[in-house]
Amino acid sequence: MVAVQSTSLGVWNMRGNFSTITKMVSAGIVAAGLLMSAQARAADDTIKVGILHSLSGTMAISETTLKDAMLMLIEEQNAKGGLLGKKLEAVVVDPASNWPLFAEKARELISKDKVAAVFGCWTSVSRKSVLPVFSELDNILFYPVQYEGEESERNVFYTGAAPNQQAIPAVDYLMSEDGGSVKRWVLEGTDYVYPRTTNKILEAYLKAKGVAAEDIMVNYTPFGFSDWQTEVSAIKKFGSAGKKTAVVSTVNGDANVPFYKELGNQGIKAEDIPVMAFSVGEEELAGLDTAPLVGHLAAWNYFESVDTPENKKFIADWHKFIKNDKRTTNDPMEAHYIGFNMWVKAVEKAGTTDPDKVIDAMIGVSVPNLTGGYSTMMPNHHITKPVLIGEIQADGQFETVSQTSGLVMGDEWSDYLPDSKDLISDWRAPLSCGNFNVATGKCGGKGTN
Amino acid sequence: MIFLRALGLVLLFLLANLLPANAAEADLRAIIAKFATTSNFSATEAVVRELAATGDPLVERPLAALAEGDLYVRKADSLVFVGKEGGDSVELLDPLSGEKSGEAAKSDITKIKVNNTLRRVIRDALGTLTLRAKEPAVRIAAAVTMFKTPDATNIEPLDAAIAAETDANVKVLFEQARAASVLVSDKPEADKLAAVALIGARGDRDALSLLTSVEANSQGAVKDAATAAIGTINSTLAFWDAGQNIWYGISLGSVLLLAAIGLAITFGVMGVINMAHGEMVMLGAYTTFVVQEVIRNSFPGLFDWSLVIALPLAFLVAALVGLAIERGVIRFLYGRPLETLLATWGVSLILQQAVRTIFGPTNQEVGNPSWMSGSFDVGQLAITWNRLWILVFSLCVFALLLYVMKRTPWGLQMRAVTANRRMAASMGIRTPWVDALTFALGSGIAGIAGVALSQIDNVSPNLGRGYIIDSFMVVVFGGVGNLWGTLVGAFSLGIVNKFLEPYAGAVLGKIVVLVLIILFIQKRPRGLFALKGRAVEA
Repeated sequence: MVAVQSTSLGVWNMRGNFSTITKMVSAGIVAAGLLMSAQARAADDTIKVGILHSLSGTMAISETTLKDAMLMLIEEQNAKGGLLGKKLEAVVVDPASNWPLFAEKARELISKDKVAAVFGCWTSVSRKSVLPVFSELDNILFYPVQYEGEESERNVFYTGAAPNQQAIPAVDYLMSEDGGSVKRWVLEGTDYVYPRTTNKILEAYLKAKGVAAEDIMVNYTPFGFSDWQTEVSAIKKFGSAGKKTAVVSTVNGDANVPFYKELGNQGIKAEDIPVMAFSVGEEELAGLDTAPLVGHLAAWNYFESVDTPENKKFIADWHKFIKNDKRTTNDPMEAHYIGFNMWVKAVEKAGTTDPDKVIDAMIGVSVPNLTGGYSTMMPNHHITKPVLIGEIQADGQFETVSQTSGLVMGDEWSDYLPDSKDLISDWRAPLSCGNFNVATGKCGGKGTN
Repeated sequence: MIFLRALGLVLLFLLANLLPANAAEADLRAIIAKFATTSNFSATEAVVRELAATGDPLVERPLAALAEGDLYVRKADSLVFVGKEGGDSVELLDPLSGEKSGEAAKSDITKIKVNNTLRRVIRDALGTLTLRAKEPAVRIAAAVTMFKTPDATNIEPLDAAIAAETDANVKVLFEQARAASVLVSDKPEADKLAAVALIGARGDRDALSLLTSVEANSQGAVKDAATAAIGTINSTLAFWDAGQNIWYGISLGSVLLLAAIGLAITFGVMGVINMAHGEMVMLGAYTTFVVQEVIRNSFPGLFDWSLVIALPLAFLVAALVGLAIERGVIRFLYGRPLETLLATWGVSLILQQAVRTIFGPTNQEVGNPSWMSGSFDVGQLAITWNRLWILVFSLCVFALLLYVMKRTPWGLQMRAVTANRRMAASMGIRTPWVDALTFALGSGIAGIAGVALSQIDNVSPNLGRGYIIDSFMVVVFGGVGNLWGTLVGAFSLGIVNKFLEPYAGAVLGKIVVLVLIILFIQKRPRGLFALKGRAVEA
């Protein structure tokens, strides 16, 4: 571009001082040459990685940490010599907790910045909003948060937990003798797609296990709900029916702090009515005095307190990177750690960052997780993970009280929902289908919601 | 290390010899030593039960420590200690005598893990052991635990405890706990009927819970008596439920009032559509956080006073920011509501992002002072202290504000400027300064609301967002420009909301309230208490 401009300038100046013209033309050419080579070098020397996490708005509270974790992982990879002999370059955009903006920013990352893969999204609605962009422009999204399942896309790799990697084992634990042989269940959630779907799966599962309908109470509250008095006293009331009662909480983000404060103030102790949470991690507890909450539970695939050398190193690196010893690590950060390492390995295996080839190379890739084992990418684009049940401690950490004996494979289509029990996903050739119906033997049909 | 161990052994030896009566103690030590070899919760539970079965009051210390997660095994010699954490090392105490027996690095010892089930077992075991404790509070706690976990073997120790008890209140609790245990024993029917009557008279949720399981597990007269008692309890509880809803409504109303009262001035009195109002609340909450941080680090003894100290500071911080906003932005936009709305919206985003940059996007921990934690019972109604204090506080703020508006010269000038700006100016009132100070006052009040709200909500940059809609709702519903309207509006919205919630659920309840307000505004566009007179039209 620059070269053309200066040449035309030169022509326009033909009648003028000849030496000036020559100078200008040659300067233009040199500048253009420099620019082009700089561009060429940029394209050759770096691989761009997109980070699509909200840095402002309601979700910033959770997603900012993931952005920082990604920057740390990329920096470490570069220190190790980069990837395919090139440096990695992070491209950070801010979709500002605005769901349609997620799609726009994803498009910008892929079309304009030409990123090789994108790590991002937190809420299910933001993921749903970017799905069409990723399949249209054929790029890769790594999604690091536990979610409701009922989805398997060719362009998305789900490194968070599917319901069977979190909700079902959590309920199993509560039903076991160790967990207190719970007979009565409160399913308390925030009113949106993840809690609703998870609770639907759990309700079906509990009924299959012989729990009567009157022993299950389902309740939803709005986002950011802060006045929990009525709900907590309803839980108290439900719990005074002479049977061991537990609360399974899919309450999201900000609403948790007032919820737990109210539980503590109304004197609901974990020994009497334990609360098992799926969205409460170390980060959420950081804003709370946890002394009254000791014994309440959470189910994740990772806890900061897990005692392995990998985890110790990860925490030390994180504190060094973020320059704050008090910042906690959490489960979605581990998911990004696994996802990023898997992507690196798949790119090395494929020898290119071309999304199509990387998507094929991803399946079967196995990398160490932070809990002392290996996680493997399965053909349904979900990974294998251990499931940990932890009890809240007075220092704001979780102590693992139960762990699945082996790794659990993510099950995208729940076996407990009538709509999805016949569906499977396998992205390997020749099936290459995210919602294959084993009953009808056809790909597609119900499922692409 | 070896020296310490030797010393420990010598101490043990000495102890064992000096107290010859305590052959039992050696047995206890032998049982406690088993903790070192337990590998899962049920094994630990077996040891706990064995310890509890000795009935020796000495086991209270190790069991209580285990429940708190303070029982450790030293890796080197598999000895069990009570540990007191302090920084990197743990101070080791003898599990029975509580005497110091050295220190250990965290990596040299393993904590004996506990879970909820185990904690419950320990609590029950301790209940039996602490029946004769000196402090009535401990005995009450023991009675409460034993009531919740009835067991036929409890009857005997309870009988003894009842005979020895001098405190009438504790005695009643013991008798109820005994009755609960009688119901699960094989005592004759007459005893059980008496027990059902005793428990039925207690009339609370725990009694209901117990009787429900009795009803399910017994036959004949006992079952009938239980059914009758359950009926009585349920009808009493229904009465208390209504009372509870009113209390919850009042409590929600006080939160709404606090959030809205600053807006009642900036929007209600001055007519500025102030979208940054919620951020003033947030600034107040963050001021509380900063004050608590300083106190935690420098003057830990003052923690219970932190909120009192934070109040004036929060008022100042929010008022100064409010003053800056008024002087910098709003004064150029009087009479242009749409531009004001957009400008203050922008200001709110700037403030949010500024706080996010300074303090980080995550929640900050603001602690409850001891006088704001826990709850007390009025009949069957559990009233939490923090809610009660917030109610009292909101009413105080309201009274103070009313006083300022109605009884001070400044309040008079404020009202004069709002009623008729030109006339007020002609009378020599410096209207621009009155505007600025009024806005600062409204913002400052929002700031102190933030101090109170930090006690029940997240302290995060998004704090204000949650309150802005509710605040506008309250002010518009109550009648713009009328403080009393704000008061009545806040409490009626709170109570209506809390009465709807148990039936309609929180989500639908909120929608119904919104629809009701829309309908109400259609009927009475000026809200509950409309200002009358010509000034309003201007």
